[in-house]
Amino acid sequence: MSVLLSVTGLSKSFGAVVVADDTNFDVRTGEAVGILGPNGAGKTSLFHLITGALWPDTGRIEFAGRDITTMSAARRCNEGIARSFQVPQPFGGMTVFENALVGATHGAGLRGLAAETHALAVLNDTGLLSKSNIRAGSLTLLERKRLEMARALAARPRLLLLDEIAGGLTDAECEMLIETIKRVHAGGTTIIWIEHVVHALLAVVQRLIVIDFGKKIAEGDPRTIMESREIKDIYLGMDPHA
Amino acid sequence: MIEWVSAVTQGVLLGGLYALFAAGLSLIFGVMRLVNIAHGDLIVFAAYLGLSTTMTFGINPFLALFVVVPVMAGLGYILQRGLLNRTLGEDILPPLLVTFGLSVILQNALLEGYTADPRKLSAGTIETASLSVGGLSVGVLPLLTFAIAVAVIAGLQWVFYSTSAGRGFRAVSDNQEIAQIMGLNKAHVFGLAMALALAVTAIAGILLGVRTSFDPSIGGGRLIFGFEAVIIGGLGSLWGTLAGGIILGVAQTIGGKIDPGWQLLSGHIAFLAVLAIRPNGLFPRVDH
Repeated sequence: MSVLLSVTGLSKSFGAVVVADDTNFDVRTGEAVGILGPNGAGKTSLFHLITGALWPDTGRIEFAGRDITTMSAARRCNEGIARSFQVPQPFGGMTVFENALVGATHGAGLRGLAAETHALAVLNDTGLLSKSNIRAGSLTLLERKRLEMARALAARPRLLLLDEIAGGLTDAECEMLIETIKRVHAGGTTIIWIEHVVHALLAVVQRLIVIDFGKKIAEGDPRTIMESREIKDIYLGMDPHA
Repeated sequence: MIEWVSAVTQGVLLGGLYALFAAGLSLIFGVMRLVNIAHGDLIVFAAYLGLSTTMTFGINPFLALFVVVPVMAGLGYILQRGLLNRTLGEDILPPLLVTFGLSVILQNALLEGYTADPRKLSAGTIETASLSVGGLSVGVLPLLTFAIAVAVIAGLQWVFYSTSAGRGFRAVSDNQEIAQIMGLNKAHVFGLAMALALAVTAIAGILLGVRTSFDPSIGGGRLIFGFEAVIIGGLGSLWGTLAGGIILGVAQTIGGKIDPGWQLLSGHIAFLAVLAIRPNGLFPRVDH
C-alpha cells in the first residue's frame, strides 16, 4: 500500500515546552493507526500540526505525495484531512444538520442536494439523525462527541484523525462507536486515533505509535507494544486489557 | 391626531433607511467582530459613486444601482483582503484605528474630488409623488425605501440561513479555528462578507442621496444612526436591526413633531433608554 501521510523530522516547541521532538512516522493508505502516550505527551499537538492549526518549527509533512507543511488548514481539509476534537467544539449557534453541512460543502466541496444527502448520511451513521434540527449548542456531551465525528466524516476525509473520542462513553456506547469507526475504516478511510480507552483502540487499529515528551518511543504491532517495557513504564499499573 | 399618525408613519419609513445603514455594520460585526468606523463614509462614498454614475450615463439613480452595487461589492472584497484582514486578531484596537483612518481618508478624498458643496441625486417625479390612504399622505419614495429595506433584510436573512456561503459566515463567526479546519478559507469568507456588506451600503447610499442632499462630512452621523439601530435591535439579529431602525426613526420624527430642534436628540434618548433598560437590545441573538 502507498504511503498516505509521511511525517519527517517534525519538531515544535513553545519556549521550554517541547510538543514534538524530531518525530518521524508514515501512515499507509487504508491503515488504522493508534497513538498512545501520557497526558501532555504531545498527541493532540501532533494533530494540530497535521491539520495545520499549528506550523512546525522544523520538519516536513507529506500527504498523498505532496508537501503540505506550509499549506493552510482549510486547504488541508479540502485535500482530505479531517479531525475530531477531544473537547467537542460544535458550531453552537447552528443546527446539527448545518454543522454536518458545513463539512460537506466547505470541506468535501459538495453542492446542493449531494451535500445535503451526504450530511444526512453521516448523521445517520453516527446516530444523530433524530437530532438534525436541534441547535448543536444544546446537545449533551455524548451527542457532541458524535457530532465531532459526524462533522469530520462530512468532509469526506481520506485521513480521519480521532482525538479521544471514546472517553466517557458507556460500554454499550463504546461498542457502537467501535462499530462506526470500523465501518468508516472498511469504507477505505485511513484513520489515526488517539485514545486512552485501550480496548477500543485495540479493536480497530493495526499498528500503535507511542509518544512521550513529543518523541516517538515505540511503534509496531499493538499486542507486542502493549506488552513492551516502554508501555509498562508509562502506564505503570494500568491493565492493557482494561 | 392625523398629524401624529403621519409622524409615526414617516418615522417607520425613515427607519427602513436607518436599517439599511445598520445592516452592513451589523453583518460585518457579526461575522468578523470588526467595528467599521468608516461605514458611514462608505455610505456617502456610495452616494457620490451614484452621482458620478448618473451624470456620466445620464441615468436615473435607481438604475445606477446596477453599477454602484457591484462596484462597491468588488471594492469591499479588495478592501477586506488587501487591508482589513491584516488588522484582525486578538487585539480589537488595530481594526478600529485603521477604519478610523479610512474614514478620514475617504472624507478628504471626497472633499478633493467633489468639493464641500451639498449634492443630491435626482430621481425625478417619484421624489414628490405621494399616496393618500384614509386622509394620510404617504410619500412614494419613503415607501419604496422601506420596501427595499425589508427586501434587503429578508435577502440577507436568506443568505445567512439558507445558502452555503451563509453557513460559512456563521461557522467562521462561531469559531474561526474550527471553521478553517473544516475547509473554510477565513480570508475569503471575510472578503465575501465585506463585499455583501458594501453591496447593502451601496443601496443605502443611493437611497440616502435620493432622499436628501449630502456632502463629504455627513458620514459620521450616518454611522451613529447605524450603530444605534444595531444596538437597539440587538447585535446579530437582522430583523432586530430593522426594528431598531424603525424605533430610531419614529423617535426622531415624533421628537421633531414636538419641536424641530428635538429630532436628533429624541432619537439618541430612545437609544439610551433601550441601552439602559435592555443592554443587549430588544432582540438579541440567543446562541450557546
